[in-house]
Amino acid sequence: MLKFLLRRTLTMVATALVLTFVVFWLTNLPPNLEKLAKSEGNARMTDGEVISWLDRNGHAQPLVKRYGEWLGVAPGWTDERDGVTSGRCIARGAAVEDSPRFCGVLQGYWGQSTVFKAPVSEIIATRLSLTGILMFWVMVLMVPSALLIGILAGMREGSKLDRTLSTVSIATTATPEYVSGVILIVVFSSSMVGLKWFKGTATSAMDGITFENFFLPVLTIALYGMGYIARMTRASMSEVMTAQYIRTARLKGASFGRVVMRHALRNALIAPFTVIMLQFPWLLNGVVIVETLFNFKGFGWTLVEAAGNNDIQLLLGCSVVAVVVVLVTQAMSDVGYVLLNPRIRVS
Amino acid sequence: MTDAQTPILEIENLSISFFTRTREIPAVMDFSCKVMPGEAMGLVGESGCGKSTVALGVMRDLGRNGRITGGSIRFKGRDITTMGERELRGLRGREIAMIYQEPMASLNPAMKVGAQLAEVPMIHEKISKADAWARARAIVEDVRLPDPDRILQAWPHQLSGGQQQRIVIAMALMSRPSLLILDEPTTALDVTVEAGIVDLVRDLAEKHGTSMLFISHNLGLVMDVCDRLCVMYSGEAVETGDVVEVFSEMRHPYTQALFRSIPLPGADKSARPLVAIPGNFPLPHERPPGCNFGPRCDYFVAGRCDAQEIPMLPAGGAPRHNSRCIRVDEIDWNAPPALAATAEPTPPGEVVIEASDLRKYYETSPGMFGGGTAKIVKANEQIDFSARAGETLAIVGESGCGKSTLAKVLMGLEVASAGTVTLNGDQIQQLPVEKRGPALISSLQMVFQNPFDTLNPSMTIGAQIIRALEIFQIGDSAADRHERMLNLLDLVKLPREFATRKPRQLSGGQKQRVGIARAFAGEAKVVVADEPVSALDVSVQAAVTDLLMEIQRKNRTTLLFISHDLGIVRYLSDRVLVMYLGHVVEIGTTAEVFSPPFHPYTEALLSAVPVADPRVTRKRIVLQGDIPSAMNPPPGCPFQTRCRWKPLVPGDLCETVVPDLRRLSGGHRVKCHLTDEQLATMEPVIEVAVG
Ligand SMILES: Nc1ncnc2c1ncn2[C@@H]1O[C@H](COP(=O)(O)OP(=O)(O)OP(=O)(O)O)[C@@H](O)[C@H]1O
Ligand code: SF4
Ligand code: SF4
Ligand SMILES: [Mg+2]
Repeated sequence: MLKFLLRRTLTMVATALVLTFVVFWLTNLPPNLEKLAKSEGNARMTDGEVISWLDRNGHAQPLVKRYGEWLGVAPGWTDERDGVTSGRCIARGAAVEDSPRFCGVLQGYWGQSTVFKAPVSEIIATRLSLTGILMFWVMVLMVPSALLIGILAGMREGSKLDRTLSTVSIATTATPEYVSGVILIVVFSSSMVGLKWFKGTATSAMDGITFENFFLPVLTIALYGMGYIARMTRASMSEVMTAQYIRTARLKGASFGRVVMRHALRNALIAPFTVIMLQFPWLLNGVVIVETLFNFKGFGWTLVEAAGNNDIQLLLGCSVVAVVVVLVTQAMSDVGYVLLNPRIRVS
Repeated sequence: MTDAQTPILEIENLSISFFTRTREIPAVMDFSCKVMPGEAMGLVGESGCGKSTVALGVMRDLGRNGRITGGSIRFKGRDITTMGERELRGLRGREIAMIYQEPMASLNPAMKVGAQLAEVPMIHEKISKADAWARARAIVEDVRLPDPDRILQAWPHQLSGGQQQRIVIAMALMSRPSLLILDEPTTALDVTVEAGIVDLVRDLAEKHGTSMLFISHNLGLVMDVCDRLCVMYSGEAVETGDVVEVFSEMRHPYTQALFRSIPLPGADKSARPLVAIPGNFPLPHERPPGCNFGPRCDYFVAGRCDAQEIPMLPAGGAPRHNSRCIRVDEIDWNAPPALAATAEPTPPGEVVIEASDLRKYYETSPGMFGGGTAKIVKANEQIDFSARAGETLAIVGESGCGKSTLAKVLMGLEVASAGTVTLNGDQIQQLPVEKRGPALISSLQMVFQNPFDTLNPSMTIGAQIIRALEIFQIGDSAADRHERMLNLLDLVKLPREFATRKPRQLSGGQKQRVGIARAFAGEAKVVVADEPVSALDVSVQAAVTDLLMEIQRKNRTTLLFISHDLGIVRYLSDRVLVMYLGHVVEIGTTAEVFSPPFHPYTEALLSAVPVADPRVTRKRIVLQGDIPSAMNPPPGCPFQTRCRWKPLVPGDLCETVVPDLRRLSGGHRVKCHLTDEQLATMEPVIEVAVG
């Protein structure tokens, strides 16, 4: 098991490196840098001034070197001009000797956001925790109901219950969040229908969560993921229900409830468990849309802001977090699969 | 006792249909049978005749599209067909228990063995968990599994096939049912394991007075286990009666034909040639009018057999012996079968293929989740044999003994780890098939076990044979190859129209004929046939076997016939090679191998094969335990963990030293430490009473 975890971690780190490098490369393409120069320096810079600004701020170095600096495995650049040494790791006015040689993501230096004028790490921490709360409630709503729907539909394949639930779950996955979100807002919180049960914005949820201000965004994301997980669970459940050992259980005289609970459930949950974990990254997608739609200033909303305003450091920080989330959930799904399935459990 | 008078199970005029979107499939029609207390009833018939459907009908577990359309099933006088769910649940597991084919699939992979066992009395008798586990432990001991505590805590996948089947049996017996239904309980198991399971089932049923409904297509097995027999054909019972009575005085043409198509010991090719049943089994919706067996029956009389539904008639004079044949009293049942022209055995020629000290080791990868070092699986250890032109060498042994690995090495699908394979003087053991030239490929061909997997479903039969000819570079023009293809179809006795058919339009036996045609397309010198008939129905097996032998005789091909069916092996082979755990333990002519002195393993193997002939008495040697894993073979003699002769060998020779393949006489060689004198004390396993 230890060896498996070790190997899993190594591949994970390698993947993370590759992915962040790609993002780094994309965000640091020349046009982006030029925009950066103009927004940081002066909007009316000439091409020559742009080049010298980039040069002075370490952006003219080779891509790999810059990536290394950002990551914190290569020493930060320094630049001596007019007797003043400036550098990546030298804060304005600080002495060269007091500054560290390396300063990158690994050292906890995530850069400065140009939009929010605050350290990226700080922004991400607060925003991510807000999104974490959102995701937590999404999971709380989505997983049990999806599994329940899947199990109920799959235990008697082809029954009326199955057909109804399957239609519902197909409909929910087929509806993108920006459609379902709008529909939900219109139906439950606008004066058009007049129900006005919930609030159409979640801005107030950032200070305190209530059922009223948080239910709609949670539901919007959950609905989308729910249909998919429910269908996977149903497929897995209906397959398990035709297995020989289910017949064995039935012919032992076990009641239908017992057959489902004791014999089918655990076997049927092995496949959806993986799916739930793999679903996580997709939900991040929904987070971007829903947070914007409900004006909930979490991680997704930040990402949109960063991208819209060419905030390179923030964008990079966000992508590191996203990559880590994806890889960790994948690893968890593998480990969970091993734990649930006694056949491949290793001693 | 009045109790003895009421049958445990009484099925009357039972009809069961499956409903598909397009039509109703009548799987069982007008089926009747009666099982008395303590009696074992055998249900035999070819695949698809409705045996399992009857069994599931009794359990009322026919799935969503199956329905009982008529008749009654009475269990201890209560009609099962009209019972409610609750009442049924009380019956299942407690009064009637069922065991079916694949043991691994019948156990829940995510539940410990003990929990699955203990569940039965917990459901039915509401006893405490501790009591239920205690009972489970007792029953695990009853089914003769070693170390019951460990077994109870094990997951199903940690047990071997034989052990799993014992657990399934234990589960069925947990609540002491009065009726046990066994649907092909041992088909997936090796013969020596099967023998142990069958013994166990019989003993336990006797001990608890359990009645049994025993379903099998193996007539010998039914003879071993059952008191009474019911032969089914196409959804109907065609003959019922006492087992010995039916086996010695069969009164239905189908039963007779079935017996004539399986090889029995004590009769050789010329005295009792196999007779295949002509034609095919009718599909349930294509049954002929009148007698279902009519189109394939030698005694068919138009106007009578196809005029009306044939009723069950008393037969043979013995009580409770019935036959569904309208001519039961007219047919001369003792008339010998029409003899097919028997061919003179061909004298073997010079040595064509030879293996010497051949070894094949596999290195198993440590697996996705790591853990431990790579293991070496010794699939073939020290294989020595040679085969001559026109000779049939049978290779027998249980699953995992390395038969198929040997075939793969010969065919070049694997390369040998050590040793040599010589074909016509050339060493080929290191030549993988892609490096073999067309001449070599065409002269060394294979017929596979499963005719379903080896044909390309989207190509016509003709095109596939022509493709083989092209690969072998035979024929110089398309027209020439076409002509040769038609000749090959003639050779395997398929109509020439079949050239334009797709594989799915063919039956299993016909597909296997195409496989044979392809193998012989390049006038192969050596053909390796890996279980060529074991996927086919008994009535078809005989025809395919005969065909294979006929072509072999004509072409003087060397046939390496891999099989676990000792009946067929004895019938058709000239020499036999017995394998165990990758070793050749005995080799010799068929007569030498099948009569004493044997290698101790051969002796056990022969005694494990059930024989469907009441005149044959068979010594039973039930081997203890399972075959050791090839990954972890025992030191010394490979058979030492199960050998009953071992105590005769002085010291720990058997445990420490691998015996030599010692020459006894002529070409008869045995890998055993027993001395000639000790071997000479061995008795025959099978004796045929004269008369
Ligand atoms: N669920 C089903 N739907 C439709 N037809 C079925 C179904 N189950 C069985 N049949 C058909 O009913 C007939 C009898 O099948 P059954 O399984 O009882 O045969 P069997 O004698 O047990 O064969 P085998 O020896 O292969 O186990 C076959 O023609 C089969 O195709
Ligand atoms: S009834 Fe006629 S066709 Fe049927 S088995 Fe008897 S003789 Fe043959
Ligand atoms: S060598 Fe010993 S253990 Fe092996 S078969 Fe002979 S007697 Fe049995
Ligand atoms: Mg069956």
